[in-house]
Amino acid sequence: MEELTIVIGGEQGEGIESVGEILTKVLSQMGFSLYGFRNFSSRIKGGHSDFNLRICTGKEIYVNAEKVNILVAFDKASIDLYLDQMDNSSIILFDSKSVKSDSFPLPKDGVIVIEAPFQELASELGSPIMKNMVALGMICALNNQSGSVFHQVIKNRFIKKGTKTAELNIEAFEKGYAFIQEKNLYSIPLGPVMNSKNMFLSGNEAMVIGAIAAGCRFMAGYPITPASEVLENLIQMMPEFGGVVVQAEDELSSIAMAIGASFAGTRSMTATSGPGISLMQEAIGLSGAIEVPLVIIDTQRGGPSSGLATKMEQSDLTAMLGGTHGEIPRIIISPSTVQEALYDMGTAFNLAEKYQCPVFIAADLVLATSKQSAEILDPLKFEMDRGKRVTDEELAEQGKVVFDRFAFTKDHISPRTIPGQKNGTHHATGIEHGETGHPTEDYKNREKMMIKRMNKIETATLGEDIKTEGNGEDLLIIGFGSTYGAIKEASEGFNMKGIKTGLAQIRLLHPFPADQLESLINKARQVIVVENNFTGQLANVIKQHISDHSKIQKLSKFDGRPFKPSDISNFCKELV
Amino acid sequence: MSTLKEFRMDIKPNWCPGCGDFSVLAAIQKSVVSLNIEPEDMALISGIGCSGRISGYVNVYSMHTMHGRALAVAQGVKLANPDLNVICAGGDGDGFGIGLNHFAHAARRNVDITYIVMDNQIYGLTKGQMSPTSPHGMETKSSPGGNPEQPVNPLQMALASGSSFIAQAFSGDVKQLMSLIEQGIKHKGFSFINVFSPCVTFNKILTYEFFKKNLVILEEKKGYDPSNRGMAFNIVEETSSMFTGVLYKNERKTLTESLPKGSGTNMLRQGYFSLNESMKDKLIKRFI
Ligand SMILES: Cc1ncc(C[n+]2csc(CCOP(=O)(O)OP(=O)(O)O)c2C)c(N)n1
Ligand code: SF4
Ligand SMILES: [Mg+2]
Repeated sequence: MEELTIVIGGEQGEGIESVGEILTKVLSQMGFSLYGFRNFSSRIKGGHSDFNLRICTGKEIYVNAEKVNILVAFDKASIDLYLDQMDNSSIILFDSKSVKSDSFPLPKDGVIVIEAPFQELASELGSPIMKNMVALGMICALNNQSGSVFHQVIKNRFIKKGTKTAELNIEAFEKGYAFIQEKNLYSIPLGPVMNSKNMFLSGNEAMVIGAIAAGCRFMAGYPITPASEVLENLIQMMPEFGGVVVQAEDELSSIAMAIGASFAGTRSMTATSGPGISLMQEAIGLSGAIEVPLVIIDTQRGGPSSGLATKMEQSDLTAMLGGTHGEIPRIIISPSTVQEALYDMGTAFNLAEKYQCPVFIAADLVLATSKQSAEILDPLKFEMDRGKRVTDEELAEQGKVVFDRFAFTKDHISPRTIPGQKNGTHHATGIEHGETGHPTEDYKNREKMMIKRMNKIETATLGEDIKTEGNGEDLLIIGFGSTYGAIKEASEGFNMKGIKTGLAQIRLLHPFPADQLESLINKARQVIVVENNFTGQLANVIKQHISDHSKIQKLSKFDGRPFKPSDISNFCKELV
Repeated sequence: MSTLKEFRMDIKPNWCPGCGDFSVLAAIQKSVVSLNIEPEDMALISGIGCSGRISGYVNVYSMHTMHGRALAVAQGVKLANPDLNVICAGGDGDGFGIGLNHFAHAARRNVDITYIVMDNQIYGLTKGQMSPTSPHGMETKSSPGGNPEQPVNPLQMALASGSSFIAQAFSGDVKQLMSLIEQGIKHKGFSFINVFSPCVTFNKILTYEFFKKNLVILEEKKGYDPSNRGMAFNIVEETSSMFTGVLYKNERKTLTESLPKGSGTNMLRQGYFSLNESMKDKLIKRFI
């Protein structure tokens, strides 16, 4: 087999996470390409949760598969949820201790159902909670992995709880492994891998690495799903790099602290999700008005209000584009893979300092929380651009007492000083101000200042503002963020059928790369815009910038679930 | 050596003649000169209100921020550069109304900054509505029948929140005000100075005359011990807050000192940097 999908599902707290971690650690080190999505509810204990892992021998993958090969069901919900994604080569492992065999509809013909005594085998070792390791052993036996390579990883995982516990868990694994072997049950072996060394990490983790590598040394945040991991990881890692991370009392404070730290000359950021972005609006305006660099990660989740905190949506685009009262310059970057999430942080900090304005990372729940294989990412690749900073020597030469922090210049960007620099003192205020930073209501100055602030970002670019693949003569599929994986596979499917399909994943959402997109749209016969929101926010932005709307169709999904490739191909089938 | 002239701006404050905030402005400028702080080593962060305009009148690195959020900005500045002297200033509405949350948290967090509130018991800039410190029964534009609510007590609030330095001053006594600001700046940790700073235009009750008549000086109270928290709570009750002087002082670890080792040692404020191989390893190893 070239690829395989394993789902492990159960109540939250049943150890699904450890199974996923151990399995992915080993497989990733062996060189398989992986994509893992953790589907969970807002409840901490109880409530269904599952880990959906797609394993590939070759190509890079950015989305879960639609077919499930092996399902480990600790609860009945796992079977209900996944039964229709299984066919006659799929296997269900379930434990009659927790799922009654007559409680689910008889599987469609050919699905292989194995009654697996996870709990009983674990109890023989004295602790039923080790049933997750029993299940792991069964999974490994089913796809012919050598059991011994897992031992070390299991040990590492449990050693904190003592050598004895670690050893028992290994034994539990072996019991599960032997159960499948002895029964001489079916196996789904995976083919050999292309021997590349991989990282396996989530978008949240990638953004944290990216931030530190980009020189970010201050972060303030307030816990919120699904962005908390950024705060937690940074709190853990930052001291080693000399920075400071604060868990603030709310998002009003987090963003204000980050603005203060940035004013003091440190690369600073905050990270949040929907409700937090709503609270930050006023401060976003301040950072735009006083031209203080700032990076804001918005990991979008289901809105409005508390919405669907643990589900997927891309509905903050309008808030990021137009949020805060009045008008300010801003840059919005949309990473569509884990790799981009890491490198985009470097770009975001550079652009924030170069253009002295807020820069959004428009992440989304699936990108932030799903884990992907990526070639070993190299944070050493970053080059720092700190923008127009005035040196102490230049200031000494100028000898001025009050520094013209908001001086009008050709490119609309004013040189910046930071506290501590002699002759660089200045005032920054959200009130309209003149070149020195002091308030003025003079209408001519107002006009000039608005033009300066609003136009300065016109030249901002990521290099690749739209990621394109394929020739979209027949069909062009446009999206942003993590929908990339589903769009890519749908588009590859069409191309295999001879329908010339291209994809255009918008990487820079503002300033909008209108000309480039317009020429792509002009070349295509059909255009669809795929996004996880109700109103078609991206499609509406595109329509604002492009004159011919006749070909543009919207494909919206707002039920909280990510796009599957078939959602897109079924919709497009009727067009092409 | 810094001079008073260096801290002055060529800008006339837009305050009403007689506004208490003039004294606070003068006292801040004089205190930092007397402490020999250079303009470039000071950050003055203010909120929104008549009082909030103060940051535009001192020649230092200054920011006029948002209504209620100045303390959060000020903490960010200090954490990013502990070498700076950071003063935060604003009004009673700013600090005890819209920004009360940040006040309590800044106090307990104990970041080494000085917070000066110009408490005129009224909303000045918005032209005379009641504020969270307006006394019960006070008539204002938004309480025509008399304030129906109980005011907050900022001093007890600061005590309860863990502020490590608390003082109260009066714009009518610039000398004492200056001395308290100096002590606040020198204090290692969060210092809070509540200043009765009369609004001559919208508060006809809490006037200079009222304060002159009613305020007592704490230092003159026999046996008062500002390191005794219980005593501090009591004296606020006893005097109905009508006193000036240092209410409480007790040094404890600042946030910077309490953070994990290494925090704040390399904030990369200046210039460029690049990672080396061992730092790279630290970043990515656990994901391989
Ligand atoms: C979010 C927000 N709400 C309301 C206002 C309007 N506003 C400006 S200053 C102020 C109150 C000022 O009172 P205080 O803080 O006591 O300062 P003072 O003018 O008395 O010095 C208000 C309500 C604002 N600027 N921002
Ligand atoms: S309105 Fe009151 S607080 Fe405002 S400047 Fe005038 S006197 Fe001062
Ligand atoms: Mg006031």
